[in-house]
Amino acid sequence: MTNTTTLPPTTLASSKKQRRHEFIGGAKATFPLIVGAIPFGIIFGTLAEPSGLSVIGALAMSIIVFAGASQFIVLGLLAAGAALPIIIATTFVVNLRHILYAANLVPKVRHLPQRWRILMAFGLTDETFAAVSNRYLQQDDIRDAHWFYLGSFCAMYGNWVLCTAIGVALGELFPDMTEWGLDFAMSVTFIGMVVPYLKSKPMWACVIVAATMAIATAAMPHKLGLLVAAIAGIAVGLSFHMMLKRQNTQQSENKEAS
Amino acid sequence: MNEALLILGMFIVTFGVRYILFAVAGRVHFPAWLSTGLGFVPPAVLTAIIIPAVLIPQGQLWISPSNPWLLASLAAVITAFIRKDLLTTIVVGMLAFSLFRFGFGL
Repeated sequence: MTNTTTLPPTTLASSKKQRRHEFIGGAKATFPLIVGAIPFGIIFGTLAEPSGLSVIGALAMSIIVFAGASQFIVLGLLAAGAALPIIIATTFVVNLRHILYAANLVPKVRHLPQRWRILMAFGLTDETFAAVSNRYLQQDDIRDAHWFYLGSFCAMYGNWVLCTAIGVALGELFPDMTEWGLDFAMSVTFIGMVVPYLKSKPMWACVIVAATMAIATAAMPHKLGLLVAAIAGIAVGLSFHMMLKRQNTQQSENKEAS
Repeated sequence: MNEALLILGMFIVTFGVRYILFAVAGRVHFPAWLSTGLGFVPPAVLTAIIIPAVLIPQGQLWISPSNPWLLASLAAVITAFIRKDLLTTIVVGMLAFSLFRFGFGL
């Protein structure tokens, strides 16, 4: 049993220890997620040059942008010769999901100074969000939780940059790696990411419409078809969802009336 | 392609999306339709990328049992439905692809 009534003699020293504890805890909690991210970092690095991105460009992208899924997608767009505005617009759409994460975390960062928020925003990835959400669920005390966040971010970031470098080096050593079909790794990764979403009729509708439209618009210039297909899928999925919701509320209203 | 411009542009939109709510840190309540709509974004975008890569791997629509990209993708989809584990799906998909492409020479 720990004695919670007596305060430690020097709160400063104690909080330093507490911070280190949080930082290491964050890195540890992120470790299983990092194992999954290792192959993607390496494959991103090996695919960069064949897709038309320089070694420096690939490393700079991992260091400065730090966004796994969209970096992959950008390689695909570069290989297909897409124009710059299309690439930026696609990156924006792919990363839009992060705004939901941020909305969830706002109550936990409001008390922090702006420089902390900037750092945390830069490190906001699917993995860190998952690790940090668990931390916030398990413990109410969030005084030093930003150090937990920082630990998770540093672990993810270090791993992502290191794996990109390893991938780039492997690509240099084995230039014929592009013939091995590694680009298919991107498709197969995305398949593994999409399937868990397929749990409702609106989601099926969204994916089927996006798929059909992607084929129908494949001939559009600058790979614009990608955005058109994605927006069509989102619009259909959302309309379907709203329709079902309206039907449900009408049914329950009818029940109450009768 | 100007790589510096590419990376700068990607940084601005990525960091912008991640930071904007932290910057204001006010209570944000998305209307229900917007949060639902955002939930459709990842599957829609990813599907729009996968389908052409798999069905048009070499410039022409290729829906046939001799298309190794298609066959391996089907193997990956089935695996993903059975085991909701990303790494297993990737390993099975890649093995299937190597088998169809290089084993059977499709």
